[in-house]
Amino acid sequence: MKPAPFRYARPETVEEAASLLAEHGDEAKVLAGGQSLVPMLNMRIARPSLVVDANRLPLDGIAEENGSWRVGALVRQADPRLLEHPLLAEAIPFVGHFATRNRGTVGGSIAHADAAAELPVCLTLLGGAAVTSSGRTIPAQELFVTHFTTSLEPDELLVATLWPRPAAGFGYAFAELAQRRGDYALCMAAAAAGPRGELRVALGAVVDRPTVVDVDPDAPGRSAAAQVEPFGNLHASARYLRHLAGVLVERAVARARERARP
Amino acid sequence: MIDVVVKVNGHERREALEPRLLLSDFLRHTLGLTGTHVGCEHGVCGACTVLLDGVAVRSCLLLAVQADGAEIVTVEGLAGNGELNALQAAFREHHALQCGFCTPGILLAATDLLARGTPTREQIVDLLSGHLCRCTGYESIVEAIAQAAGT
Repeated sequence: MKPAPFRYARPETVEEAASLLAEHGDEAKVLAGGQSLVPMLNMRIARPSLVVDANRLPLDGIAEENGSWRVGALVRQADPRLLEHPLLAEAIPFVGHFATRNRGTVGGSIAHADAAAELPVCLTLLGGAAVTSSGRTIPAQELFVTHFTTSLEPDELLVATLWPRPAAGFGYAFAELAQRRGDYALCMAAAAAGPRGELRVALGAVVDRPTVVDVDPDAPGRSAAAQVEPFGNLHASARYLRHLAGVLVERAVARARERARP
Repeated sequence: MIDVVVKVNGHERREALEPRLLLSDFLRHTLGLTGTHVGCEHGVCGACTVLLDGVAVRSCLLLAVQADGAEIVTVEGLAGNGELNALQAAFREHHALQCGFCTPGILLAATDLLARGTPTREQIVDLLSGHLCRCTGYESIVEAIAQAAGT
């Protein structure tokens, strides 16, 4: 047996799931797609006393809501409906692999808040939000606190994410470099460019959470690189990562601008 | 222990299982279906890939109790009456395996991909990014899947 022993609950309603979380607090872990949690269980990095399997909850719908797509937390990353957003269409192929996207969920990726994961960067760039079981709507920039940490309370379940629809005339782009296809990013950049010169850029992996950077429209790459303080690691030095941030921002902005329509 | 009913390669199985038992270990140790291989056990190598209700998933990243009510297909379920199916035959024809450790996972993932329509070469290559093969160099695997797809 790889994981340490735990008790297992498979609630059928969000209320039931939230009350299990309220009762067990930090001792409980929510299992959605399991593509991040189960490796942590297998390596015994995570040793929850209770696993709350969310997979029977009715959270797999996508609906329009005030100009946004409300994506149920259990919508799988491989769901073709997600590809209707041009930013997600470009970013999702970088999320893990074919078989892990079949199982991994949008809500799980957001709640896990890995600083090197793609969907949190996309949600942040678009100014999206998370909806919780306690009725809160948390804007992306308040949701992601730091690596693996969100502002969700221990008794709060993420039930949906809100993705603003593509804005008229805007172009979107996503750029990433990883050591191997499907690995976590060394660095990634997402950009949205508007028909009247609007520009918004978000970075991931070289920062401790998805971060919107205020860039100089005439030198987006250089100005973004100047704003990050990446930690070097075994595979890439801090200097290399800063350089990479500049290159990827430059590429994402160029592609987003090409796609913008006046 | 939790009661689980699961259909594996067409046969219904009823077992009482500990929640922490992985689907991969359930298949190999409880059912003796050792064609599902276990490599990294964190989702990277792809060797343990099986079909869960027709969809390719990592069996090392699923608890066996999560498969309750589902239908599983492993590599043992691909050949019919001792005859290789078209995908397996294409692998043999193209020498798309040597040691065979990665092969079951690739066969099941490719089965899912092919069920979605005719894949492009790019889609086949993307699929294989999730499967580590240390023998063949992938080219022959791409060729075999393309042939099974009729391209």
